[in-house]
Amino acid sequence: MLPGKYLVLGDIACAEGAIYAGCKLFAGYPITPATEIAEYLSRRLPEVGGDFLQMEDEIASSAAIIGASWAGVKAMTATSGPGFSLMQENISYAYHTETPIVIVNVQRSGPSTGQATYPAQQEFYQSRYGAHGDYESIVLCPSSVQETFDMTIRSFNLSEQYRIPVILLMDGAIGHMREKLVIPNPKNLNIIRRVYMDDNYTENGLVLPMGKFGSGQKLLITGSAHEISGKRNYTPKVHQSTIKRICSKIQANNDIIEIESFNLDDANTIIISYGVSARPSYGAMLNLRKKGVKIGFIRLKTIWPFPDTLLRNLINNNVHSIFVVEMNNGMAVREVSRVIKNAQVFSISVLGGIIPKIKYITKKVEEIIYD
Amino acid sequence: MINLIKKYSRFLPHKFCPGCGNGIILNCFMRAIDQLDIDPNSYLCVSGIGCSSWIPSPYLSLDTFHTVHGRAIAYATGAKVANKKLNVIVFTGDGDGAGIGGNHLIHAARRNINLTVFLINNYIYGMTGGQMAPTTPKNSITSTSVFGSPERPFDLCDLVKSAGATYIARWSVFQPRQLIKSMKEAILHKGFAFIEILSPCPTEFGRRNQLSIKDYLSLFDPKSSREKNKFKTPFGILVKKKSPEFCDILDQIKKIASKKGDI
Repeated sequence: MLPGKYLVLGDIACAEGAIYAGCKLFAGYPITPATEIAEYLSRRLPEVGGDFLQMEDEIASSAAIIGASWAGVKAMTATSGPGFSLMQENISYAYHTETPIVIVNVQRSGPSTGQATYPAQQEFYQSRYGAHGDYESIVLCPSSVQETFDMTIRSFNLSEQYRIPVILLMDGAIGHMREKLVIPNPKNLNIIRRVYMDDNYTENGLVLPMGKFGSGQKLLITGSAHEISGKRNYTPKVHQSTIKRICSKIQANNDIIEIESFNLDDANTIIISYGVSARPSYGAMLNLRKKGVKIGFIRLKTIWPFPDTLLRNLINNNVHSIFVVEMNNGMAVREVSRVIKNAQVFSISVLGGIIPKIKYITKKVEEIIYD
Repeated sequence: MINLIKKYSRFLPHKFCPGCGNGIILNCFMRAIDQLDIDPNSYLCVSGIGCSSWIPSPYLSLDTFHTVHGRAIAYATGAKVANKKLNVIVFTGDGDGAGIGGNHLIHAARRNINLTVFLINNYIYGMTGGQMAPTTPKNSITSTSVFGSPERPFDLCDLVKSAGATYIARWSVFQPRQLIKSMKEAILHKGFAFIEILSPCPTEFGRRNQLSIKDYLSLFDPKSSREKNKFKTPFGILVKKKSPEFCDILDQIKKIASKKGDI
């Protein structure tokens, strides 16, 4: 798509965002509600000199993009819950080998096959803790079609900047929603290029420059415990320093975290939400304001790393009640309860593959604050 | 040999058990690439998990990619498509390549993607201590089949043949000259090339089934009749044919598609 205004699906906005971010290889396997990303890129990638691979399963898809990344291209896959579960071993490999890739999970209602095609937000924790081993994650969660485009580009940027697999956590409603998309002039987009290892590279930084297959570097890439050179080394000292480094490169950088807040100044009650459920939550906040409730709203754009410090700073002592609206049995509410100690934290959870309505959230908040 | 080691090995000695065939395969591969007129920087050696996956990584001084169990061919597919100039060689075992990774093996063969796969078959899961593999001959003793393996083994060359591989050969480590020649052919072959390399595992398979290296020699003897040969394996180049290669087809698609691209 040329820069301009369009009316498109969230999945298409994601795919086009990948093209603008410089993605040159997509490997995937059909799964609702993420299939449109693969369908669109199978046509679009060859137009811009890229390759589309339809692999035999999601395991192979995630493996292929890691291989492609080390061969020097930006690569992505897209899937939904069941496929995301299959990818976890390779995602763990990508954390340990510090491979920049983007994994899109267009969430659908689970567990298992669940309500295929129905939206949900049940991979809040899996996107952070799904793979085995110790690591820190970056997970972005868009609430609109436009934001899906923007966040896909940001996912590629963060993955290159920090050499980490970045997970874009969409949901079936955002993926299958048709909305306005404005594609800006590519000149106005900030696209981060990969830093390759050269003769001058130092081994001191938290994020190391990356190697590239076929350039004579005799790379030794392994998922086993290894020194910076790639040489396998199982000693406690070496492995401790690797894990500490791959965790602290994310923990030390607060610019990864983005949140959006409304009407917090005089608020004594706050609604927190993310993804598609943030939309009716915002509406409920406006509704309650009209009724005279001093209520504010926080939307999480980056859900991992969880914005601990940011939330503590934003939520002052006047706030007595916090409502966390989400389409699962109460996941982000646990994180909010962990972070905020001086207010009561309530869960407004919606299950069954439906998006909560403004009325429903308003009623739930009123039930508690007027109790 | 010393020159070969200096040229292609990162460090030696290797950690393989006495009597294991992996050292011979490492040796044969170094000789094969040394005899070929190909830039060593263009090689990418991909492996999964298991004894055979240690042949390239860490010993070879080339780009090596030691990945997760069973997925080496899927990783190799991504790397090859992303950079079609790479000569991608996969070292895998019977458990890695035909057990957990069997799906990727048949689909890569079906695509006829230009990969070279060396599958080292030692009839057992060696690294984890000798469990039954999908190639373990029926009635063999392993740590998970103490009453004799109840399952029928795969014939891997037949498997990849029916999946569409365009170069298939089978050798044992007791045929190094044929193996080196075949490795060179497989690397130069345009399309999916597969060599099954039979290798003794005296530590796990041989010990449990009372097989000495001498027994292995007669088992892997190409001259013995198929009736006498317990593993009933024909040796040699079994398939060699031309067929459109996957990466070439992707490039053709790009040519057609790029005519209507807009950024």
